[in-house]
Amino acid sequence: MTAALHLAYWQTTTIKVLVVMGVIPLGALVLAYVFLLKMMSHMQSRLGPMEAGPHGVLQLLADAGKFLQKEDVFPERADRAVFALAPVVVLMSAFLLYVVIPAGPRLTVSNLDTGVFFALAVSSLSVLGVLMAGWSSANKYSLIGALRAAGQLIAYELPLVLGVVGVVIQAGTMSLQGIVQAQAHGALLGFKTLGEPYILPQALGFVLFIVGAQAELTQTPFDMPLAETELVAGYMVEYTGFRFLFFFMAEFGTAFAFAAIGATLFLGGWYVPGVHGTAADVLGPFVLGAKIMLVSFFIFWFRFTYPRFREDQLQAVAWKYLIPLALVNILVTGLLKVVV
Amino acid sequence: MAELPGLIKGLGVTLRTMLRPAVTVQYPHEKETPPTRSRGVIALKEENCTVCMLCARSCPDWCIYIEGHKDKAPPRREGGKPRTIQLLDRFDIDYGLCMYCGICVEVCPFDALFWSPEYEYSEVSIAELLHDKERLGDWMKTVPEPLALEAGAEVKKGAKN
Amino acid sequence: MAVVTEFQKAAYVAGQAADARVNVEIEAEGMTLNIGPQHPATHGTLRIVVRLDGEQVVWAEPVCGYMHRGYEKLTEVRTYPQVTTLVNRIDWLGSFANEVPFILAAEKLMDVEAPPRAQWIRTALFELGRLANITLFLGDMGVQLGALTPVFYAFRDREHVLNLIEAATGGRFHPNYDRIGGLKEDLPKGWVTEVKSAMSRIRTFCDEMEDLLVGNEIFETRTRGIGLVPAAVGLEYGLSGANIRASGVDWDIRRDEDSPLAWKHCDWKVWTHPDGDCFARYWVRLQEVREATKIVEQLLDGLPSGPIQAKVPRIIKVPAGEAWVHTDNPLGEMGYYVVSKGGLGPFRTKIRTPSFSNISILPWLLRGVYVPDVITILASLYFILGDIDR
Repeated sequence: MTAALHLAYWQTTTIKVLVVMGVIPLGALVLAYVFLLKMMSHMQSRLGPMEAGPHGVLQLLADAGKFLQKEDVFPERADRAVFALAPVVVLMSAFLLYVVIPAGPRLTVSNLDTGVFFALAVSSLSVLGVLMAGWSSANKYSLIGALRAAGQLIAYELPLVLGVVGVVIQAGTMSLQGIVQAQAHGALLGFKTLGEPYILPQALGFVLFIVGAQAELTQTPFDMPLAETELVAGYMVEYTGFRFLFFFMAEFGTAFAFAAIGATLFLGGWYVPGVHGTAADVLGPFVLGAKIMLVSFFIFWFRFTYPRFREDQLQAVAWKYLIPLALVNILVTGLLKVVV
Repeated sequence: MAELPGLIKGLGVTLRTMLRPAVTVQYPHEKETPPTRSRGVIALKEENCTVCMLCARSCPDWCIYIEGHKDKAPPRREGGKPRTIQLLDRFDIDYGLCMYCGICVEVCPFDALFWSPEYEYSEVSIAELLHDKERLGDWMKTVPEPLALEAGAEVKKGAKN
Repeated sequence: MAVVTEFQKAAYVAGQAADARVNVEIEAEGMTLNIGPQHPATHGTLRIVVRLDGEQVVWAEPVCGYMHRGYEKLTEVRTYPQVTTLVNRIDWLGSFANEVPFILAAEKLMDVEAPPRAQWIRTALFELGRLANITLFLGDMGVQLGALTPVFYAFRDREHVLNLIEAATGGRFHPNYDRIGGLKEDLPKGWVTEVKSAMSRIRTFCDEMEDLLVGNEIFETRTRGIGLVPAAVGLEYGLSGANIRASGVDWDIRRDEDSPLAWKHCDWKVWTHPDGDCFARYWVRLQEVREATKIVEQLLDGLPSGPIQAKVPRIIKVPAGEAWVHTDNPLGEMGYYVVSKGGLGPFRTKIRTPSFSNISILPWLLRGVYVPDVITILASLYFILGDIDR
C-alpha cells in the first residue's frame, strides 16, 4: 500500500468491496443510458427518454424504482429456491470480474498473477445462473433459452480465451497489471514514447475478443438465448421486479467489465503516454473509463445493427472460423516471440 | 471498385442515421398539426339540425343518440300560419363506440355535422367520452375551411375555388 | 328451433377433432410448444402448435380464430356504404386496398362505372396502401431476425405515406374513401407534389434496407434456403401475391386481368425470383415497393381531369345478382364474392383474404425446420392477423 497511508487489511478490503459495489451499478447505469437508451435511439432516428431529468438521464433510476415496487412473482411450478438464487449467481459473476481489473498502477482490488485466466473463468460462472434460471422457471421458452445459452457460452469461451492468449504470449504475463505495464513499456516500430497498445500487433486477437465477448454477453448477433421474437425473453421470461433488475444489472455490469478487460488487454488500460506515478493513479480511472466507452461503443454498435444468427450457424462460426483463426494467431505470435 | 461487405455497409447506415437529427416529435411539448381533412372529432351546428335522424340511422355502430320535439315558430310572413319546426333536445355521440367512418357527416342533408381535426379529448373515464350537444357545439370553433382541390378536379356549382 | 344440417354436424365434429389434436400436451416423445396466441412473432394472436425434437420441428399446426370479428356476417346486416368502413379493418396496414375490390363488386352489380379520374386516384391510393403495408414488412422482417433498427426506419418512412393517405382521405388507417360510383371527395391542392417527395423518400428507404439487411451476410445465412416453397406446392396451397411470385410464378392480377382500375395505363414490371425461399420473398417485396412508387408517380403525372363521382341514387339499392372481384392486394389475392337480393345491404359476402391461404402452407413448410426458422418463415410469409381471422 501507499507509503503515507497505512490501513489494516480489513479496512482496505472494505473500501475495495464498497468501491466495486458502487462501480457495478454505476457502470451498468452509464452503459445502459449512453448506449441502450441514447445511442440506440439516435441510430433509429428517435430521441429516447427525454422526460426524467435533462435528456432523460434519470430514466433508469425511475425504472429501477419501478422494478423495486413490483410484486415478487414466482411461477406456480417453479423450483423456488433455485429460481430465487439464479439472478444472484449471475450478478455474482459480474461482481467477481471486477476483482482483477486495474484502474491505475496501484488501483486494483487484487493483482492476481493469473488475472486474465481468473476473469475469463469467473465470467463463465454466469452460465450456471442462466441454466438455473431457465430450468427452475418451469417454462418451455426459458428452458430452450437456457440450453442455447449453455451451448453458446461454451462454444465462445474458446475463441475468447484463445484470442487473448496472443496478448498473454506477447506480454509474457497473465497478470492484467503486468499486461498494462508491458504495453506501456513496449516499443512500436522503435518509438518508445507512445508505448505499444496491443490492438495493433494483435488486431486479429482484438476482433476475436470482441466477437467472443459479444457472444458471452448474449448480445445481437449472438442473442439467441434471449431472442425476444423467438423465445420471448429466453431464460428471463418469468422474472419480474427486482429479480429482473438483477439480470439487467448483471447484463450491463458484465458488458462494462468485458469492455474494461478489452481496454486493458488491447488499448493499454489506464496507461496514457507521459503520465507516471501518483498522477497515473488519479488519471487512470478516467483514462480507463474513456477506453471502456470506446470499446463498448463498438460492442453496442454491432448489437443495434445486426440480425442474429441461428444456433447451429453460431456454433459453425465458432468452430469453423473463429477457433482456427485464433490458433493461427497464437502460432504466429509465438513464432514471432521466439524469433524476435 | 470492390463492393464493401454487407456487414460494414450496415454499420455505415446506422452511424449515418445517428449523426442526423432524430425525427421524434416531443408530443406534449410540441405538436404536429393533423391534415385539414383528418377525422378527429365531429362538430355539431345545432341551428342547422332538423332532427331528421338520418345520421343516427346510417351510423354503422349506432353511437348517435337523438331526441327532439315539435314546436311552433312565428310565421315567416306577416299573417301566415305558424311554422312547425323540430327542436333538438338531445344529441349525443358516444366516442367510445364511434368508428370515425364519417358516414353521418356525409348523409346530413342540412350541413349540421362537420369534421374537425382536433384529437385531444381523451378522458379518464369512458363514460365521459359521450359528448352531448353543447360539447359537440363547442367543437364548431375548430372546424377548418374546406380545402381547395387539386388541379383537374371538377368544380361544383356555387363552390368557391 | 333451428334445424341442424348434416353439414353443420360434420363441421362441428371436425372442429372438435382439430381441437383435440392441438390440445394434446404430451405425446410419446418430444416437446409440444405453443407459439402464441400471445407471442411477439405472431404479430397478433395466431397460435402455432409445434412439436419439437430438440430444436427441430416435427409437426406444426396453425390455430387461427383468436381474433375472429365476423366481418362476413356483419356485412349482411349493414348497408353498402357502411360495409366499406368495416372492410377497412381486415388488413389494417394496407386498408385502402381492402375497400377497392368490395366497391368494384358492388359497382359491377349495379352496372355503374366510376369516372376515369376516380379510378386513377383509387389506383394511386391503392398503391400507397401497398407502400404503407410492405414498408413495414421490410423493417419487421429485421426485427423477427433480431435486428432492432430496420423497423424504426420503416415506421419513420411509412409515416410519410400515412400522412399522405390522411391528407387525402381523412383517415390514416381507415380511409373509408371509396364510394359506389366514385370517391368521397377530390384530392386536396398540393397533394401531388407532396406525394412525389414522399416517393423519393421511400426509395431512399429501400436503398437503406438493401445496405442494412439484404446485403448483410448474417441476414443471408438466416434466409437463403430457408422455408423453400416450390412453385407447384405453393400453387396447390393457394399462395398468392409476393409469396408465389418469389417462387418464380409470374402472376399478378393487376397486370394479368382486366380491371377498371388504372394499372393498365402505367409502365411497370412484375418481379419474380426463382428461389422460393425467405430471402426471395423479402427481395420480391422490396422490388414491389420500388415498382409501387413508380406506379404512383406515373398515375399522378397522367391524372385525367373531370368528375370523380358517377350518378348513383342517394339511397343505394343493389339489384339482385352475384359478383366476384379480386385484386392483388399488398398481402396477395384478395377477393369479394357479393350476393345481393336487391336489398340495402349484401345478402351474403364471402371474403377471400390472402393471409388465410398463405398461412395454410405452414404445416407443410414448418416440418423439419429449427425454431428460429419458424420465426423467419412466419415473418417472410407476412400475414396480418385481421386478414387471417377477418
